Amino acid sequence: MKSKNKILVQNSITYGLVILCWILAEVLIRTGNMSSLMKGLLVPLCIYVILAVSLNLTVGILGELSLGHAGFMCVGAFSGAFFTKVMETVIPSVGLRFFLALLIGAAVAGIFGILIGIPVLRLKGDYLAIVTLAFGEIIKNLINVMYVGKDSTGFHFSTKDTLSLGLDESGVVLIKGAQGITGTPKAATFTIGVLLVLLTLFIVLNLINSRTGRAIMSIRDNRIAAESIGINITKYKLMAFAISAALAGVAGVLYAHNLSSLAATPKSFGYNMSIMILVFVVLGGLGNIRGSIIAAVVLTMLPELLRGLNDYRMLIYAVVLIVMMIFNSSPKAIEMRAVFMEKLRKNRKSTTKEAA
Amino acid sequence: MAMLDVRNIGISFGGLKAVDDFSVAIEKGQLYGLIGPNGAGKTTVFNLLTGVYKPDNGSIQLDGRNLTGKSTIEINKAGIARTFQNIRLFKELSVLDNVKAGLHNYYSYSAVTGILRLPKYHKVEREMNERAMELLKVFDLDKEWDYKASNLPYGKQRKLEIARALATDPKLLLLDEPAAGMNPNETAELMDTIRFVRDEFDMTILLIEHDMKLVSGICEKLTVLNFGQVLTQGETSEVLNDKRVITAYLGE
Repeated sequence: MKSKNKILVQNSITYGLVILCWILAEVLIRTGNMSSLMKGLLVPLCIYVILAVSLNLTVGILGELSLGHAGFMCVGAFSGAFFTKVMETVIPSVGLRFFLALLIGAAVAGIFGILIGIPVLRLKGDYLAIVTLAFGEIIKNLINVMYVGKDSTGFHFSTKDTLSLGLDESGVVLIKGAQGITGTPKAATFTIGVLLVLLTLFIVLNLINSRTGRAIMSIRDNRIAAESIGINITKYKLMAFAISAALAGVAGVLYAHNLSSLAATPKSFGYNMSIMILVFVVLGGLGNIRGSIIAAVVLTMLPELLRGLNDYRMLIYAVVLIVMMIFNSSPKAIEMRAVFMEKLRKNRKSTTKEAA
Repeated sequence: MAMLDVRNIGISFGGLKAVDDFSVAIEKGQLYGLIGPNGAGKTTVFNLLTGVYKPDNGSIQLDGRNLTGKSTIEINKAGIARTFQNIRLFKELSVLDNVKAGLHNYYSYSAVTGILRLPKYHKVEREMNERAMELLKVFDLDKEWDYKASNLPYGKQRKLEIARALATDPKLLLLDEPAAGMNPNETAELMDTIRFVRDEFDMTILLIEHDMKLVSGICEKLTVLNFGQVLTQGETSEVLNDKRVITAYLGE
């Protein structure tokens, strides 16, 4: 079928784009042309791309506005980091621990996705957005007051302070409330990040172009009609929401293993983060996976690239954001783009005809 | 025994009896019409039959199977498919994907199979494509298969909705004002299509329609609804000449 090939080509372009970026970055690093500041941005870049692509599954493909994405990232980050910390002596290999932590982070975040999804997915639109926002904040704040320690008798848990854990002399505090988890190995590299981006793309793109994806998108387009042809609304809504949450969990684990200490600060897991990811998704185009990637990369790099302009950089960032939004979603702009593309196509056709 | 056997169903919305004591028996292969003035409760009957609303009382049986109070999904699986008065297509999906969505429960593989692109995915997708294209061909939509559904002209959108409903392999097809917004030529063509669907798919069809030309042209039996109650039912020609029906439509 022709459409199948078209999708294949489109997907290949998306994968190719990511691989190209990876090669470019590697070349710049190897030849010593990348500032250390930029180098420090590479893993966060991968994290943002994974978050944006996974949120697009909820917002663009399922069509439900979620503002709690950072909450799922937070769950993944802490469960992954906690695992790495606990297994420090059991599994000495950092790589293997990181790999298992990724699986655990994804699984725990996915389960949270289901648990939160069951009550909140009954809501729609703005209501759902507010409730997911609240859940994201609850998760962050709960982790902020959580103290977990381990000694010879097993695990201890408290919501007060380290002392109330009542550890004996062999005890270690694993999660220290607002200070979070310290001493996680810095196992995340840019290459691993890119591999995880590719994995995320593989899961999301293949899901969209399958029976499941069709069911999810049919719910988005018309819930009543979807039900009338026998599609289980609750099941597919939950599935999309949980997969989206699990992938955010993966981004969280990557985040946790990119820093030596992990704390649930408002900056890293607060609603600001959720909204920033939503900006990537909306700017890149709802349902447009490649757009999410490009938006995440451009908007993350921009403040750094403009650092030389100092006072003006956030102003330029805002202006670029507004211009891009208009270019992407104003009806007039879309019309102009369509006309432009049509011209381009005609030109290409005529040149190929001449060549033939 | 009748294929669809509806007995004394009714529903009230806050004291208003939208449908009251509605009964109908439709034989296999019949083309049955449900008519009545605006607000008579015709679409409510459809919503009751498809489980969108649960009837307060009465029973619905399809082929001897009790469907009273079942969910929309269960009812669709049991064999009732419908179209909508205000077209409800999956606008952003392609024409082909709209029909493939209708095949959802009959050509199945898991989400994991889909993500990992296992051999079963390719096999089932190929079968789905073939079946969907067959259905599109019936409605002369096969050339537009990769159009976005919302880009189809109005008449074709109506046809696509019927194709999607048929994809769920129903025993009974409910059409809610299929000719609404169509010009006389399109209506004539639609009448042929409905007849063709009945013969080709061996389908039983219940339709709501205001276009009397269409009703008298293709319906074998009619039920007239007025203020939520059955005014009369019987052979099309008899019903349409009934004084009470004319009064209901035109007033005294």
